[in-house]
Amino acid sequence: MTWSEMQPLLTQGTVDTLYMVLWSALVTVLVGLPLGVLLVLTDKGGLLQNTPVNKVVGVIVNIGRSLPFIILLIALIPFTTWVVGTFIGPTAMIVPLAVGAIPFFARLVETAVREVDHGLVEAVQSMGGSIPTIVRKVLLPQSLPSLVSGITTTVIVLIGYSAMAGAVGGEGLGSKAVTYGFQRFDNRFMLITVALLIVIVTLVQLIGDLAVRLLARRGRTS
Amino acid sequence: MPGGHRAAHSTVTETPVITTTGLTKVYRSRDREVTALDGVDLHVREGEVYGVIGRSGAGKSSLIRCVNLLERPTSGTVTVAGQDLTALAGRGRRAGKELREARSRIGMVFQHFNLLASRTVQRNVELPLEILGVTGRERSRKALELLDLVGLADKAKSYPGQLSGGQKQRVGIARALAGDPKVLLSDEATSALDPETTRSILQLLRDLNQQLGLTVLLITHEMDVVKTICDSAALMRGGRVVESGTVGELLATPGSELAHELFPVGGTASAPDRTVVDVTFHGEAAARPVISQLSRTYNIDISILGAAMDTVAGKQIGRMRIELPGRFEENVVPIGFLREQGLQAELVDGTDAEPAPVTTPAPLTKEVAK
Repeated sequence: MTWSEMQPLLTQGTVDTLYMVLWSALVTVLVGLPLGVLLVLTDKGGLLQNTPVNKVVGVIVNIGRSLPFIILLIALIPFTTWVVGTFIGPTAMIVPLAVGAIPFFARLVETAVREVDHGLVEAVQSMGGSIPTIVRKVLLPQSLPSLVSGITTTVIVLIGYSAMAGAVGGEGLGSKAVTYGFQRFDNRFMLITVALLIVIVTLVQLIGDLAVRLLARRGRTS
Repeated sequence: MPGGHRAAHSTVTETPVITTTGLTKVYRSRDREVTALDGVDLHVREGEVYGVIGRSGAGKSSLIRCVNLLERPTSGTVTVAGQDLTALAGRGRRAGKELREARSRIGMVFQHFNLLASRTVQRNVELPLEILGVTGRERSRKALELLDLVGLADKAKSYPGQLSGGQKQRVGIARALAGDPKVLLSDEATSALDPETTRSILQLLRDLNQQLGLTVLLITHEMDVVKTICDSAALMRGGRVVESGTVGELLATPGSELAHELFPVGGTASAPDRTVVDVTFHGEAAARPVISQLSRTYNIDISILGAAMDTVAGKQIGRMRIELPGRFEENVVPIGFLREQGLQAELVDGTDAEPAPVTTPAPLTKEVAK
């Protein structure tokens, strides 16, 4: 393949990858964040201590985390079809990607939120703060650096998953690498897609780290 | 704060502001029960600084957390400013709207300050106002006013991480005052601070008590805190209040452990046929030459075994351990003389006399000065 042949494929692949990853990351955060907070609140000694809810959510999250993504991808085909109308293409891939990443992210949120000093919760309680207030004004802001770092990790995991999704009707760089690099034995194309993925992952990590550093610097002795 | 509050030099009134009756807290874990509070009755009057002292594990921390129901008491009632909080709390674990509103009128400061590191000093003070739904401009006006009150007006834009311990506690105090509370709970507020900073924070609490008529309930393990600012004190041990009362009452109670701790006087009889008496002076009596009068009136030689003079809650108070020649029977009259002078004289155990009302208390926080 010549460079001029490769270029549109790579561009299209990158755009599709970013499209899938960013939308699924958004869905993951929107669902995983409340789920992680719920795990902390309903835990023993938590503000909303509720053992049945905690156990059920915990088991679902664990099942989600232990399924290999490729199995989840196939198992979710009926669900994906029901939600999007098809199970092929970048938009359809958002569903399994998000479902795969939500349990992972929820655990990261749980760890981050659990680390918030209980004294701060107590302080806000003593001011008459309600549980939503405590979540909004204490738990989330105080754990923000850890949460952002968790989002970075999740986005990188999603980039990995999205490459896998290429094998089951998805699009993106992974799919291009399989179709053109692997099946047509074009090593050069394969290497370029891999390099491109490395660049994307590195950039995501750099941006994430920078954000965490900026957030963590707030309030530290400068 | 200007406005609704009384001006300088509030006096303690007889109106009870915090009352607990039969307060009991039992922590149950899988196989054992720990009784942290065992029927505590506390009466804090309006405008006073009330100190609860005890060793760690005595139940102080559970007590102060039960007052604003951060901890649910197992039984008993808590009334703050005429409102029965235990009734508001209901049975659920979550705090309902009414309880939360009542809490917002009770300020609380903490040993480890509990400031939000991600907010500036000003925004930390604004937090309770946000919860109360105060609008933006009013919030920042009030926050700056409170910071000015605690002497930190220039630190409004700093982050807690840039402040010293004493400054952090001042922010904590400003924050606790944001809801215009009548009552301030202080949970070991000075225990993480050095002695000098401790004094300045105590001074600030005293000033607020007097300027705003704020009632302060504090818990501490440091006798000096009680000595410096408390009008009344309670001693806790094993979840119970062992002694309580105003500092004056405690000093006037024969055998009071708290009085003994506040005023450690030591010394033992130099010979078997001597009478050892602890004399406590307060009020006007502290200024009169009672001992030399005693000596001249009865023509006896008096040895001073130990003495301490100090200011407690703004009042001059002294304690002296003296030795009179002869047994108790021979000294009934001189002791009567001391009592007539308005002093409190109690016989110290160990002089061979009638069973004395004094038992030697175990030192509470420090060795009794010899």
